[in-house]
Amino acid sequence: MEWIFEPWPWYVAGPLIALIMFLLIFVGKQFGMSSNLRTMCTMCGADNAADFFNFDWKAQRWNLVVVVGAVIGGFIGAHFLTNDAAVAINPETIATLQDLGFSSAGNAYLPDELFSIDALLNMKSLAILLIGGLLIGFGARYAGGCTSGHAISGLSNLQLPSLIAVIGFFIGGLFMIHVLFPLIF
Amino acid sequence: MRTLSYLFIGIFFGIVMYKSEAASWFRIYEMFQFQSFHMYGIIGSALMLGVLGVQLIKRNNIKSFFGEPIKFVPKDKGFTRYIVGGIIFGLGWALAGSCPGPIYTLIGAGYVSILVVLLGAILGTFIYGLLQKKLPH
Repeated sequence: MEWIFEPWPWYVAGPLIALIMFLLIFVGKQFGMSSNLRTMCTMCGADNAADFFNFDWKAQRWNLVVVVGAVIGGFIGAHFLTNDAAVAINPETIATLQDLGFSSAGNAYLPDELFSIDALLNMKSLAILLIGGLLIGFGARYAGGCTSGHAISGLSNLQLPSLIAVIGFFIGGLFMIHVLFPLIF
Repeated sequence: MRTLSYLFIGIFFGIVMYKSEAASWFRIYEMFQFQSFHMYGIIGSALMLGVLGVQLIKRNNIKSFFGEPIKFVPKDKGFTRYIVGGIIFGLGWALAGSCPGPIYTLIGAGYVSILVVLLGAILGTFIYGLLQKKLPH
């Protein structure tokens, strides 16, 4: 059972993600995490501001329950199923990140430079987190889905729009890492 | 009963996201640097099994646990919204190092700062809703 406390390899995690998608399909739902953001907007009264938010959000309550579960799962994973949270990424990646100023690379789960409590008081890292979030929320809704809705659910159903969206995800991600990161960090 | 099943699926999802390190900013960076097979292996193996399973369900008209027919809703046809929206999402995915599912997982794992990303994502969704009718789709 010791393996449970180690990072789970891709050939365990990938099939488990497929299993999660099928469990949702078999309870009559679908796998997609970003649509919750729209539900949250509507719950906060956004339906008064735009028609897009004028929908029966109560029919989406099940997905908010999945969200609550994902939070609990993160708590369990981090606090009960992990001895050492440091992510053993490729040494070359560590070297590149350290050149960019990420000295926590290889020693942490998330970079301290962006996610530590101290970083919250730093305008630059705060702006990076906020802008990153804005792009995620805006892009996911514009594209009609995120990694779970398009890359897993949509592609599993052989949807061409999902393939276009996933190609977009990679164009955007590669541009950010290879072109914008050297300018930002 | 159904609500409990959603909760357990969510918990399972949260654990898998955390333990597979798919919720780690570093893994996303490494993926876009093509310096590890890890993330491609996760997405690729999930996808292979996903395609197989969806075909099996469709061909055999398999019913849900509650005996209801399983419907797969096709995505709306289009190009612009998927490529442009996809690129914008990808920029955020790489910058914040997290997609929507892992955001929730990381809240549970105790990273307070990820709440800023969540706030941004909710605001981004709101801005999309305001501009939706003016954007090319």
